[in-house]
Amino acid sequence: MLTAQWLYGLAGCLIAGIGLGNTLVGSSLLKRVLAINVMGAGVFMLLIAVAYRGPDLAPDPVPHALVLTGIVVAVSATALALALARRLDRGQDDG
Amino acid sequence: MQMTAWHLMDMLLALLLLGLAWGALSTRDLKRGVVLFIAFGLLLSLVWARLRAPDLALAEAAIGAGLSGALLLSALRDAPAMEESGEKSIIPKLGVGLLSLGLAGVLAWAWFVAISAGAGERLAGIVMVRLEESGVGNPVTAVLLNFRAYDTLLELAVLLAAALGIMSLGPARRPFAPPEALLASLIRWLVPLLILTAGYLLWVGAHAPGGAFQAGATLAAAGVVLRLAGRHRIGLPAGIRLRLLMAAGAGMFLLVGLALMLTGRPFLGYPPTQAGLLILLIETAAMLAIAATLVLAFTGGRPKTDVLANTAGKLEASTASGPVPVRPARAGGANNDCNPEQKAC
Amino acid sequence: MTDILGLLFIAAAMFFFMAGSIGLLRLPDVHSRLHALTKADNVGLGLLMVGASLLGSDPVLAVKLLLVWLLVMAASSASAHLIARQVPSGEEDPACK
Repeated sequence: MLTAQWLYGLAGCLIAGIGLGNTLVGSSLLKRVLAINVMGAGVFMLLIAVAYRGPDLAPDPVPHALVLTGIVVAVSATALALALARRLDRGQDDG
Repeated sequence: MQMTAWHLMDMLLALLLLGLAWGALSTRDLKRGVVLFIAFGLLLSLVWARLRAPDLALAEAAIGAGLSGALLLSALRDAPAMEESGEKSIIPKLGVGLLSLGLAGVLAWAWFVAISAGAGERLAGIVMVRLEESGVGNPVTAVLLNFRAYDTLLELAVLLAAALGIMSLGPARRPFAPPEALLASLIRWLVPLLILTAGYLLWVGAHAPGGAFQAGATLAAAGVVLRLAGRHRIGLPAGIRLRLLMAAGAGMFLLVGLALMLTGRPFLGYPPTQAGLLILLIETAAMLAIAATLVLAFTGGRPKTDVLANTAGKLEASTASGPVPVRPARAGGANNDCNPEQKAC
Repeated sequence: MTDILGLLFIAAAMFFFMAGSIGLLRLPDVHSRLHALTKADNVGLGLLMVGASLLGSDPVLAVKLLLVWLLVMAASSASAHLIARQVPSGEEDPACK
């Protein structure tokens, strides 16, 4: 068990927890979108910390591919959430 | 355990990330939160580089910090800058705090189980053994585009679904002001450089860190920079060609997969001799689709060219199905293709 | 020998970066902060690039780092210009107290 794995893995767990808390009690929609992104970043840190094998062995490429997919999906979900938020604001202004 | 410089840097990075995540989410000023989130994304890409994941470092810097940050800042144009202080009582906050700690605990337990399990057959070993027959030399690209190609196909379908959702929710945001001299001269050489870098990243992804996602994000950055400089036509085609471009990623996957089925092989089972060529073909289509989707997401909705039917003729004649390089500057004008007084542009 | 020279350059770069960050925190208004940021940080980045190319073994690396420095300078000067145009000069930032 490498020190880098410990540090980044546990930091990832904490960051995921912070993200989840703010998603549930965030005071505005934009804050909640930020919190979901932070939660995702924490989970990614966890995955890559598990895939890391030290400076001598090559890291596992499958978690890398999963996290790369996750980054792209996260940004597209953020874009959709922001468009929905904008539509909600417009809808509230009209009626 | 001896304290080497790596340990010091790791501790510093982990603490900084925790602090930035907490700060971004606990501030009431939304713009400050978004800027802290961008800094968080940049530090996260440093962590990826530290954990020997250079593909991820490129993608996080371009997509996670850059494009996400641009999306959030652009959303702040319409939203109020400060949020109202909520009158929430302490009990729900305590409950949610306990729930977050519970999630962190569950994740830590799962991580501990994963770390302390006996050394089984490493996935990296399996990938390295089969790497030559995958057609590429970069193991992450091999996993993404060959060994686990279904995941990437579904991811491109998710991207398409998000783009359709954004387009159907309303028109694009109002464009930015026309640029002044410094910004105009910056984009005049920056955008072609970005397009060139995107092409290079796409090509080099076969044997070094890079690939379709990083290239698509760089192209999208070119489109975002053009949009920030007030251009109305940012390389996105109009009408049906925009839809075809956005569907090209998942579409090319399906075409290649079904064509392979016609030749008797399984769906997306590449023949090892042509695997590299097929992967490059799919990656090119995916890069264009990702770039088009992310630029559309930045504009915030359906492009104005869809709505204005009377200018359809003028715009159809001068669009191309793909990123358009910036035209060489004519003397004395930054707005050489859009008169600022003209509304229908 | 080149290693020690490279480390010296990197140490000088750290001093410039620190000066830029202190300027960002302590200077009163937006324009002076932009001064500190763009000038100090870009010089620091240039020194860092020189130190890194001395520590590295590849001459092509030095060319790449030089290009990175030029790009960062162009982008940061453009964004500093854009920010400076938005804020009327001489105004004290109420958040900095």
